[in-house]
Amino acid sequence: MAASFSALSHPMCLAVPGKILEIQGDDPLFRAARVSFGGIVKQVSLACVPEAKVDDYVLVHVGMALSIVDEKEAAEVFSYLQQMGELAELDPPGDAAAAASLP
Amino acid sequence: MKFVDEYRGAEATHALAAAIARTVTRPWTIMEICGGQTHSIVKFGLDELLPASITLVHGPGCPVCVTPVELIDAAVTLAARPGVTLCSFGDMLRVPGTGTDLLTARARGGDVRMVYSPLDAVTLAAQHPDREVVFFAVGFETTAPANAMAVLHAHRLGLKNFSLLVSHVLVPPAIAAILSAPDNRVQGFLAAGHVCTVMGTAEYGPLAKRFGVPIVVTGFEPVDILHGVLECVRLLEAGRPEVANAYTRAVRPEGNVHAMQAMREVFAVADRNWRGLGRIPQSGFVLRPEFRAFDAAARFGVGGDAPPEATECISGLIMRGVKKPHECPAFGTRCTPERPLGAPMVSTEGACAAYYRYRTRRGVTVS
Repeated sequence: MAASFSALSHPMCLAVPGKILEIQGDDPLFRAARVSFGGIVKQVSLACVPEAKVDDYVLVHVGMALSIVDEKEAAEVFSYLQQMGELAELDPPGDAAAAASLP
Repeated sequence: MKFVDEYRGAEATHALAAAIARTVTRPWTIMEICGGQTHSIVKFGLDELLPASITLVHGPGCPVCVTPVELIDAAVTLAARPGVTLCSFGDMLRVPGTGTDLLTARARGGDVRMVYSPLDAVTLAAQHPDREVVFFAVGFETTAPANAMAVLHAHRLGLKNFSLLVSHVLVPPAIAAILSAPDNRVQGFLAAGHVCTVMGTAEYGPLAKRFGVPIVVTGFEPVDILHGVLECVRLLEAGRPEVANAYTRAVRPEGNVHAMQAMREVFAVADRNWRGLGRIPQSGFVLRPEFRAFDAAARFGVGGDAPPEATECISGLIMRGVKKPHECPAFGTRCTPERPLGAPMVSTEGACAAYYRYRTRRGVTVS
């Protein structure tokens, strides 16, 4: 295994989102894709995400794509924070550190 | 990288920490299940952004840490056997068994290979029909779909020289075991996001209700983790032992039905031994009888129960949240990543290794 893959190959529970570049094969069991993880391209099985298509971002675990990243839901936490900021007058970043340093 | 960098932003991270500080009114102890989350928390110092009244303790979700010693020994035995190519995730190579580890077995001439995916081990078996290729199939619900798929691929390809040494465990029975212990102090859980990507959230409702604890599905980046903590603190403060999903971009309530189908086809639920935690009923997977031909333990007659470990390692107390890594007398002295006494000091997902890597050099000051 190339050293540059070590970041992907170590933690078993960490899935990295990657972008599907190209899909290969028709047999559902062996359907695969070339997926780019920030420039590192790996072969990934699509057997568990038959609906995946080129340009989708998929979460990949040990060579299996397990989920297509939901782009709409991906922004949810930030819009939630914005709403919260309007409701609760979002504290400036410095205050969190101050709160954390209290005994 | 898209879907990574934005969840590491300082502004959103601090906004969430501030929201948590505003929400909390009394002390709470929250456990993150997954070792990947532990690693993020310690690496980014997220616990240090939280109010002192919130204690994060680190759960058993480190596959390397809970793989029982008898299966490490079985892997070492297989690696030494002529004609066998033992394939494993890299993290497993340095985990001490009763006698030695896989890296030492390799140094002594064993054919031990580090692979990224069990599917790579299937390819290796197809390319080398003269070798017996054994994949050391460890992990939780996150690695189970790939391991199941490896068996299905090998079956379809008609490979007779591929097998799995299975050490598969499941999260919900471990949560039940932790909460059932008399010395439990965990009041809320951050569920492992990618386990739920596979399994969905249905298993957690009954646990939340039975034990009266909130369980929040949580991702792995700083913003994800603090989002999970905020939801958990809200539910705790409101006295609502419910399941919430703070990782909706990757987790649907129904999980991944294709992955679950592959797992069900290949594996059956059974009792399993957990290193540090002991035997937990119905807590893992074994190969179904139809796939016994792919069972390395049966094929090679390895993997019987090992005698209890005589060790100074307190990994069980750490993985149940009773103690923190630096509270172990051996931490950083007799036990280091170079000379580990126990598995949590080995793995990049192990709590002890994370504390050692990110905390000891500036003095461990966390409470």
